[in-house]
Amino acid sequence: MARLNPANEQRARALMGLYPRPRSALMPMLHLAQEQDGWLTAEAMAHVAELIGITPAEVYGTASFYDMLFTEPVGRHLVSVCTNIACLLTGGTELLEHAESALGVNAGGTTPDGQFTLEEVECIGWCDKAPAVAVNWRYFGPVSPQGFDTLCDDLRAGRLADTVPPHGTLCRVRRTVGLPAGVPAHGRPMGDEPPGPALAAGGGG
Amino acid sequence: MPLTHAAPIVTRRIGTPDSWMLKSYLADGGYQGLRKALTMAPGDITAEVLTSNILGRGGAGFEAGKKWSMIRKAQPVYLVINGDESEPSTFKDHMLVENDPHQLVEGVAICAYAIGAAQAFIFIRGEFALGMERVTAAVNEAYEHGALGADILGSSFSLDVVVHPGAGAYICGEETALIESLEGKRGFPRIKPPYFPAAIGLYGAPTIVNNVETVSNLPWIVSNGGAAFAALGLGRSTGTRIFSLSGHVNRPGNYEIEMVKHTFRDLIYDPELGGGIRGGRELKAIVPGGASAPWFGPQHLDVPLGQNEVGGAEGVLPGGGGSMLGSGSIVVMDETTCPVRAAWRLARFFNRESCGQCTPCREGTGWVEKVMRRIEEGAGRDEDLELLVDVCDNIAPGLAFPYPMTTICFLGPSVAMPVVSAIQMFRDDFLTHIKDGACPYG
Repeated sequence: MARLNPANEQRARALMGLYPRPRSALMPMLHLAQEQDGWLTAEAMAHVAELIGITPAEVYGTASFYDMLFTEPVGRHLVSVCTNIACLLTGGTELLEHAESALGVNAGGTTPDGQFTLEEVECIGWCDKAPAVAVNWRYFGPVSPQGFDTLCDDLRAGRLADTVPPHGTLCRVRRTVGLPAGVPAHGRPMGDEPPGPALAAGGGG
Repeated sequence: MPLTHAAPIVTRRIGTPDSWMLKSYLADGGYQGLRKALTMAPGDITAEVLTSNILGRGGAGFEAGKKWSMIRKAQPVYLVINGDESEPSTFKDHMLVENDPHQLVEGVAICAYAIGAAQAFIFIRGEFALGMERVTAAVNEAYEHGALGADILGSSFSLDVVVHPGAGAYICGEETALIESLEGKRGFPRIKPPYFPAAIGLYGAPTIVNNVETVSNLPWIVSNGGAAFAALGLGRSTGTRIFSLSGHVNRPGNYEIEMVKHTFRDLIYDPELGGGIRGGRELKAIVPGGASAPWFGPQHLDVPLGQNEVGGAEGVLPGGGGSMLGSGSIVVMDETTCPVRAAWRLARFFNRESCGQCTPCREGTGWVEKVMRRIEEGAGRDEDLELLVDVCDNIAPGLAFPYPMTTICFLGPSVAMPVVSAIQMFRDDFLTHIKDGACPYG
């Protein structure tokens, strides 16, 4: 529960190898760290920083920008209830209220047993099946209040373990192919770096 | 008006067994477009795409072929696919990545060959876990099949494709923010100019960013010719397009229909499409092209679903202008909808998703959200409508559509669109909230 374990460190290095510049692998590496621990520990972020060659502050500063990356512990099941426009029109707000009372936590809270973290989310693109709920980014809808209770019972009892992996596991299909086409990638001599002009870009971070 | 029944292009395989597997894709003639493309000169493919006149399906509606033609002549060239679909009530790319990932992969290979890219990145919205699994599996299969990797399908063209996960940020749908995110940074849109990543994109290199639906059309366009695509639709809006229909309709869903040949009325009321409004109620308002679009009302039902038709319609904003087809999402609100609540929810969305770089957006969306909320909650003040319009006018000067830019990207001014639309269309509803100190819709 700290740094990336050896297997994941190896995967992290492989991820960096997929991109022309290693920092591009930051997001997939953070997803990997979150898959390992369920959330992003300071140690894991520092390890990712070390592998890429940037500071832990740069990693934290980037991670904290993104809604799916958690720098504090979350429950085994991240229950995301949508209340944006299509869900608003079809009972999403009422469903969220029901979820809060059913789980005994407000949106943003985690149940004492660590099973559920409830969150209210912006549109998750399941609008023809509104109101929609995602659990660890596996989608359900339309969800009635009764349906929500059943869903939670099933999750608690482990009946949906095949469909809903623990929080942090996003993509269970691994890339099985390398880069046989031989394009310039991380690790090649600097001369292979694109000579692009300096960015006029604002921001950065 | 009789409906046309153009055969679907990008959704034709949706719902068929194992539509996401290579085996079924090949059985349906998959990768023949790529095979044909590889016998053509890259410039000839771009010419076909220019002939098709396909407009980008992500939201801005820019001609894809023209975008490709603008690429700066330097190496390397990158292709980035925008699958970060996050515009509220848009769910078409979500469907495409889950159900027809090989069509996307084939389109990626065709596009990369045409623009001379040796590496492509498919950026998929992080929340689309199943989509990411399906596209990753498709990429694995395509490599094994020889449709990606070295010497594709026996040609001398080589391409590597990486599936890249987003991490939850609406702003990353903006193409320069997406590139920043792909570089491992916060999703901050880049200052313009340069306006187009085709000049300066990923790592400063020339980069084409295309939407999932746009690219998914390429196998068909190459196989059937750009002229066949251009023969569908009317005027500037060619081909078919997926419309994501949601809200108070009997049959919400994704409908791929010929552009311009159908109206909002057709889409909402046709028994084979939206099937009418739930409970036979009356229509109150339409969000025509995503949360960023100015609203339409019942008076716009006969506006055809085409880019220029929606853009050129007489809209509701005080500064003039129509609306936009945007991301192709259409939300239907019936007479029981509280317009204050609906517009407030969209304002809150923009406030939450503001990246924080530009003052009018960072501060303005917050102001608008707070004032809208207090009106909806019954604590509105007499001067609030004036205040809202004033704040919106500062973010989107002139309250017209389109608007002059006060911010790096379109997110900030977008907040003014639903809010000012709602005030213009339903002023009495706002006044009742303020006068009664409560929402009349309960």
